[in-house]
Amino acid sequence: MVQPLGYLHETSSQTAGPYVHIGLIPHQAGFKIFDNDFSNDLTFTGTKGERIRIEGRVFDGSGALCKDILVEIWQANAAGKYNHPADQQDKEADPSFRGWGRTGTDFQTGVYAFETVKPGPVVGRSGGKPMAPHVNVWLAARGINMGLSTRIYFADEAALNAEDPVLSMIEQGQRRETLMARREERDGKPVYVFDIRLQGEGETVFFDI
Amino acid sequence: MSAHLDEFIQRDRTIQPPALTPAYKTSVLRSPRMALLSLQNSLSEVTGPAFGKGELGPLDNDLILNYAKTGEPIGERTIVHGRLLDENGRGIPSALVEVWQANAGGRYRHKNDTYLAPVDPNFGGCGRMVTDETGYYAFRTIKPGAYPFRNDVNSWRPAHIHFSLFGSGFAQRLITQMYFEGDPLIPRDQILGTIPCAEARKRLVAALDFNAAVPLDSLAYKFDIVLRGKRQTVFENKLQGS
Repeated sequence: MVQPLGYLHETSSQTAGPYVHIGLIPHQAGFKIFDNDFSNDLTFTGTKGERIRIEGRVFDGSGALCKDILVEIWQANAAGKYNHPADQQDKEADPSFRGWGRTGTDFQTGVYAFETVKPGPVVGRSGGKPMAPHVNVWLAARGINMGLSTRIYFADEAALNAEDPVLSMIEQGQRRETLMARREERDGKPVYVFDIRLQGEGETVFFDI
Repeated sequence: MSAHLDEFIQRDRTIQPPALTPAYKTSVLRSPRMALLSLQNSLSEVTGPAFGKGELGPLDNDLILNYAKTGEPIGERTIVHGRLLDENGRGIPSALVEVWQANAGGRYRHKNDTYLAPVDPNFGGCGRMVTDETGYYAFRTIKPGAYPFRNDVNSWRPAHIHFSLFGSGFAQRLITQMYFEGDPLIPRDQILGTIPCAEARKRLVAALDFNAAVPLDSLAYKFDIVLRGKRQTVFENKLQGS
């Protein structure tokens, strides 16, 4: 009748469950197994750019803290270039920066944190405007059936944010605010605070990418 | 700045679990209620981290030996293997595959697991590997046991192994679970039941692969995993900066 297209189907997602830490951040599960654990510190001695800390908490629809969330980030370097062959922008690569990290919200305090550098702006899609500095976020946990994608933007980049093609797509102006990390100083060091609301008032904008 | 940016095929949400699945109670308060905002791919989505074999240890994909202290863990010696493919049927090379699971008694080595089955002193329950140039992966483990979880009063998980997967782009990121052929708990499972499509649920059940068993040593199960593929963009305007 018709030739089959022959595409495969993406494997279905399943929740990461309450014990995601065992596989992905075993030190938080309470044991040491691998010589080399992946980390929430994206920086190395030679990493270029302004050192920042990103931290925040995750809340559920009742306003309760979620203390078992896996948080991963992926970002461009300080010059605005991703450490990936698809990024052909004419910008300086930084071999001391992979741009990826992972952690879990703390079992007691519910806080997650990353030590990283502030990314530069990245070229947008064809004919479009450049994207303001941002960090891509992926969340997985018990009760989350499929990983959630969002972005952290920096509230102190108002001019670039106003031109950002992704923020501009958000119809409701107040919802853009859910993607803004606010800058604080702590011990002379910049800390960007980014809380995530899974549901309810102030629900974070999540993307289907 | 005129090179070509390969975008991922749009995700087929009909074979994916929705965020809100009331039969799995924990999803009720953790499910966003606003529509996801659909984003066409930019560099932020088509790029992603790369991992080298050199970052892993030689026993990282051997769960029988990677936490063995006083002897080997108790349970059915099992090989799990398969290919990581994209939707176009191509193997995904050099991709990080991470796995975690309960021990043979259904107990996790985790400070928050209080199930009365014992921890196995010789079993950590996690492993990781990088796919070869054809997308193939393999690891050795102990078959996990079923265990109860707090959902209904008498809810039990079928034996399963959790998988975490990276492709070449962060938009391919996926976590899933593999089940074992023939497990009578599968049709009752409220986690597998979050997937609305019966064919899609079947694809999470690994077949006994008798040909790959090691005689007098280990049984084997085969589990292929598919991540999103790239769109063909032959006749498309090229995207900037990619």
